[in-house]
Amino acid sequence: MSWIIGFFRSAMGKKAVMAVTGVMLFGFVLTHMVGNLKLYFGPEKINAYAEGLREIGAPLLSHGDALLIARLGLIAAVVLHIWAATSLTLVNRRARAQGYARKSPQAATYASRTMRYGGLIILAFVVYHLMHFTWGNVHGDFVPGDVYHNVVSGFQNPLISGFYILAQLALGLHLYHGLWSFMQTLGLNGPRLNALRQPFAATFTAIVVIGNISLPLSVLAGFVTLHG
Amino acid sequence: MQLDAKIPTGPIAEKWEKARFDLKLVNPANKRKFEILIVGTGLAGASAAATLGELGYNVRCFCFQDSARRAHSIAAQGGINAAKNYQNDGDSVFRLFYDTVKGGDYRAREANVHRLAEVSVNIIDQATAQGVPFAREYGGLLANRSFGGAQVSRTFYARGQTGQQLLLGAYQALMRQVKAGRVTLHARTEMLDLVVHEGRARGIVTRDLATGDIRSWSGDAVVLATGGYGNVYYLSTNAKGSNVTAAWRAHRRGAYFANPCYTQIHPTCIPVSGDYQSKLTLMSESLRNDGRIWVPTAPGDSRRPTDIPESERDYYLERRYPAFGNLVPRDVASRAAKKEADDGRGVGPGGLGVYLDFANAIERLGQDAIAARYGNLFEMYERITGDDPYRVPMRIFPAVHYTMGGLWVDYNLMTTVPGLYSIGESNFSDHGANRLGASALMQGLADGYFVLPNTIGDYLAQHMGEERLETSDSAFTAIEDDVRGRTRKLLETNGKRTVDDFHRELGLLMWNECGMERSAEGLRRALAKIPEMREEFHQNVRVLGGDQTVNQSLEKAGRVADFFELAELMCIDALNRDESCGGHFRTEHQTPEGEAQRDDENFRYVAAWECTGDFAKPVLNKEPLEFENVKLTQRSYK
Amino acid sequence: MDLTLYVWRQAGPDAAGEMKRYEAQGMSPDMSFLEMLDVVNERLILEGEEPIVFEHDCREGICGACGMVINGVAHGPQRATTTCQLHMRQFNDGDTIYIEPWRSTAFPVLRDLMVDRSSFDRIIEAGGYVSVSTGSARDANEIPVPKADADSAMDAAACIGCGACVAACPNGAAQLFTSAKVAHLGLLPQGQPERLSRTRAMVAVMEDEAFGSCTNHRECEAVCPKQISVDYIARLNRDYLKAQLLDPNAK
Repeated sequence: MSWIIGFFRSAMGKKAVMAVTGVMLFGFVLTHMVGNLKLYFGPEKINAYAEGLREIGAPLLSHGDALLIARLGLIAAVVLHIWAATSLTLVNRRARAQGYARKSPQAATYASRTMRYGGLIILAFVVYHLMHFTWGNVHGDFVPGDVYHNVVSGFQNPLISGFYILAQLALGLHLYHGLWSFMQTLGLNGPRLNALRQPFAATFTAIVVIGNISLPLSVLAGFVTLHG
Repeated sequence: MQLDAKIPTGPIAEKWEKARFDLKLVNPANKRKFEILIVGTGLAGASAAATLGELGYNVRCFCFQDSARRAHSIAAQGGINAAKNYQNDGDSVFRLFYDTVKGGDYRAREANVHRLAEVSVNIIDQATAQGVPFAREYGGLLANRSFGGAQVSRTFYARGQTGQQLLLGAYQALMRQVKAGRVTLHARTEMLDLVVHEGRARGIVTRDLATGDIRSWSGDAVVLATGGYGNVYYLSTNAKGSNVTAAWRAHRRGAYFANPCYTQIHPTCIPVSGDYQSKLTLMSESLRNDGRIWVPTAPGDSRRPTDIPESERDYYLERRYPAFGNLVPRDVASRAAKKEADDGRGVGPGGLGVYLDFANAIERLGQDAIAARYGNLFEMYERITGDDPYRVPMRIFPAVHYTMGGLWVDYNLMTTVPGLYSIGESNFSDHGANRLGASALMQGLADGYFVLPNTIGDYLAQHMGEERLETSDSAFTAIEDDVRGRTRKLLETNGKRTVDDFHRELGLLMWNECGMERSAEGLRRALAKIPEMREEFHQNVRVLGGDQTVNQSLEKAGRVADFFELAELMCIDALNRDESCGGHFRTEHQTPEGEAQRDDENFRYVAAWECTGDFAKPVLNKEPLEFENVKLTQRSYK
Repeated sequence: MDLTLYVWRQAGPDAAGEMKRYEAQGMSPDMSFLEMLDVVNERLILEGEEPIVFEHDCREGICGACGMVINGVAHGPQRATTTCQLHMRQFNDGDTIYIEPWRSTAFPVLRDLMVDRSSFDRIIEAGGYVSVSTGSARDANEIPVPKADADSAMDAAACIGCGACVAACPNGAAQLFTSAKVAHLGLLPQGQPERLSRTRAMVAVMEDEAFGSCTNHRECEAVCPKQISVDYIARLNRDYLKAQLLDPNAK
């Protein structure tokens, strides 16, 4: 079984871990965005949805089990994703100990070159987001269990909405590179597939970003209000 | 000394089999007791090192490049011949043999050439098994094309990079033996001398080009696979690093140098554009299939080619050789271009060029068809010259390409120094006075994969159980001291001219007097001039820097010093060979049509020159050439 | 044309280096980039300064010896072109040109613009071959190879081992080089028996050699003088995962 250790130690193994955990996190982000859209259907729907997440797997699982499992899975994915990224970054820094006096990128995109920084911004955002909407410790008017109220009242602050929107743009850049890059890393390629990879990445990035950004914008525009 | 070529007796088709049976063998357990030193990692050196490693010998392999994969075999474009007869067009081992002897203008050794043709088929099998991506037909089988000097399609190719792919195949086989521990590679290591003790080759002295260390290596046999000496002309299609030093130093230690005057000029190269020109780039010969060669009728016509009307153009090859037209052999096309330039009708800078025009072909076939055939060549041409050959004619001119001469070897590829072998372009053996296209790759790999590994055991078996000479022996240290002395002297001269300056001067002289055409008068001029130039070189060369570091000027200086000595021998040989044959064209000896006129009666021999000391007159030894299977004829392309 | 050059000068592997300024006057646009440096070097020698060391050999774009980062781009501004094939007409009179060696921990500088690329040889040594000893091959036409596979193998095999991919990669990764050899051999029937073990062995050595890791920037493909595609990197990744997870012969 020593090969498993070897695989996790190898840079290419770590890249595969990055790709697989990245896909998991993308799955979460996409699902999360779809759930967020329930905000448009009023307080009952979204609060019931939030509560319903705890009932997934019943009767096999007890109340909250599925959510716990999902959260543990997510935490594992985040930890592995960040561990692999950090470790590879260190390897890559060592590989170019001395830099160039002049360097002119020929193909690298803004998205590909900002993955590390984008990842850090997303991490900071996630922490804030949890404190804001899950734990409520940075939310001035937090009502446990009333997702609708917490979100709408939170987004009514233009500064907070602005931060969410910026964070979503950072997420978009990260997703755009990640969504075609994972296919490359996992060896999913071929003349036919290759033509679809970038459009796929662009489409799903747009879906997630537009879906998420629409919420604070709708709240700010008064389209979604505290009273449904 | 009486030269013994050790050609096996019997019918030509059975000689190689007989030789393999008669040669002594080294049993597998004893092979690992021997250490073989191989200098050069081109097709011949890499394939020999890999194969000898596979057989179980200990091999040390040296190259001056930073990696074994960069040897200049890599630049060969066209292809490799083999008598596979996959095309069912009448090819056979005997036909390949016959074409090669005839193409060499009857100055090659029949037995060697027949063996070359025999093993040619094994080379294709071996390379394919290694994963060399030869061109294929849609059915998945190997494709062939035709090449100059043959009426059958027997040339295998990998796009325009056949040399690269075959070399990578050999290099990969070599690296497999490095992994297996059978071969030790010494890259960035240049052989500067040969150690001969009690009449046998016992090792070499090298300089580490990164650290400057000069040290000795002891071996049971030494194999030189060091390529040709075309860079004596400064401008050639050779790589900048290609040099004669290893072969020349071996010559100075007793190996005879055969037919040094046999050089091949390739007709379709990109011409010189200025004084700074550092090398010449070959454009594939295949361009002549569709391009028409012409010059302006009026000397000194400086109009742009597209402004010169049809009536004021001279398609001189079509005019002079109506049957073959633009497809005459390399040597004929080259000399014809030179003649136009000499008559003042050349085009481009210095008038050293002729047009190769695709306008008719584009009109006839369409630009797309031409692009499909020659697209990458056109791109390369445009990159170098800035001209678009789809719109304006290419300018081409002949350039030095290959040297048929080299160290004299017997049938077993051993030089006149026992234990010293020479394979590939560095020996003289298979191409006579002119090499056919797609035959250089064949010879390098034949020698390395199939011939040397069979023949070297015969020598080694005779020295079973003998101790290798320690490198602390005075035979080694004396030569190390000699090498250090030469190096130090080059560094201490501190004159006023750079190495390249001298090299250019020598190259120009050789090109003018011992190039495409030679005359007794010109050769005598060169022989008077070369010693003066050499003398000035040693008095006035400027090599900066130290010897314990990377010092490219020092490397060049050592090579150029040896080129000066070789150049003299080339002129002596060219003067001695008072006939024209293949690439050696003496103006005094031509047919009424202006073709090379051989003198079989007096010059049907290999001229093997023996060194008799510093700048002393070399001694000529003759190996008569017997032709029992090929009929000697006069070539004609009218 | 008159140019201002800033060239990396470094006396030896352990010496400190610096960008040094040179005025290169009266150059011809028809010169190759290396011929321009030749002329500069000839002048330096006559002025008593040691010439700029750079690697080069065939000067026709196939040996892979030459290579320098020119104004921030490996092999300079022209696509699909080695440094030796780059000509001065790609530049303008009065230009300032920055010339640096390949920067990679796996390619230590030996002197000036010359680096040690023996790490590439060690990657090949690990398994970049088909294990077939001389003499044991069967007739070349016994195994047909689909033309498309042979062509793709040739595309990959066109690699000249110059190292521009590593020099250009923001991570100093050698994936394009390694993948090209793995693909060349893995696409052919002759390379199948060792396909997965070869992949494991070559990747292991590549990672030991202080190269970085691929993050799919595609800088390598953009500067590759032989235009080798990053598709081969995807293929390498696939073969690597197969070799690690699915190889029936790996214990």
